[in-house]
Amino acid sequence: MATHTLDITKEHCPMTFVKTKLKLAQIAEGDILEVLLTDGEPLNNVPRSATEQGFEVLSIEHVDGNVHKVTIKK
Amino acid sequence: MYDFTEDDLIRYSRHILLQDVGVEGQEKIREARVLVVGAGGLGAPVALYLAAAGIGTIGIIDGDVVDLSNLQRQVIHFTKDVGIAKVESAKEKMIAINPTITVNTYKDLLMADNALDLVKEYDFIVDGTDNFPVKFLINDACVMAGKPFSHGGILRFEGQTFTHVPGSSCYRCMFNAPPPPNLVPTCSQAGVLGAIAGMLGTIQAAETLKYFTGVGELLTNRLLTFNAKTMDFRKVNIRKRTNCPLCGEHPTVTELIDYEQGTCELKQKK
Repeated sequence: MATHTLDITKEHCPMTFVKTKLKLAQIAEGDILEVLLTDGEPLNNVPRSATEQGFEVLSIEHVDGNVHKVTIKK
Repeated sequence: MYDFTEDDLIRYSRHILLQDVGVEGQEKIREARVLVVGAGGLGAPVALYLAAAGIGTIGIIDGDVVDLSNLQRQVIHFTKDVGIAKVESAKEKMIAINPTITVNTYKDLLMADNALDLVKEYDFIVDGTDNFPVKFLINDACVMAGKPFSHGGILRFEGQTFTHVPGSSCYRCMFNAPPPPNLVPTCSQAGVLGAIAGMLGTIQAAETLKYFTGVGELLTNRLLTFNAKTMDFRKVNIRKRTNCPLCGEHPTVTELIDYEQGTCELKQKK
């Protein structure tokens, strides 16, 4: 099972989740996606939307400054 | 796989955000080939919305040129387009909305001798025509070729539509044959409220997108009708008939037929 990373710290809503969905579509079932995003809207919305659309959010960790890492399983 | 450009992602973001469509659904839309028959009242919204949605290849067939009397409802044509081929006018607007798609134009009438070859080139056919002979021709050609299609018709304040997929009931399950030409409304009776072309055409466009993405339930084996005067919408079940002359057990319609059109329709075509 491969682990992939995606940096959406420069994106704004809703492209944050659009980019996340694209990456999730490109990886294999069971793979892990680590998403780097900023706090505020992205941190509030991306994990919630991912859960709503049937993905499993494994963890949310603070990385540095306003950057967080959301780990999602496809 | 899923090699969408940055611009594609932005353009289709509202589709991609939908759980039922997503990147996977948008890819299916991009790979789709749709034939729109008629670039008139129904064809206009169908062609515009399908182009905007990113249907990868859209064919559009119509033999007419744009007339001033079309502009009250055929919103793909502008005043500057009066006198030019409808298919060329339509293509210009479709490409202006979405330059990433391919539009194939056929300045021609759909007839018994070209219908089968043409529908075979596409995955889904939309009936945007204004006369019974061609509605039966589209139905027959699609059933014979095993192609899904959306039927649509409007008159005055009313509209009707259903969707056919191989195996579901067809237009001839409801009506054996076109009405005799003298029973078809004459020009002076056949007005239409312009906006209902948009109401019905956008339903047909939505059915087309549902077909390719697999979302929800199509209008198969059901006829949706509405009357804009009361804004009543109804759905009537249509049974697949074992004695249907086309898709029944003992078909009598085994080849395509060019039925006679009402004189009024012929006059319009000159």
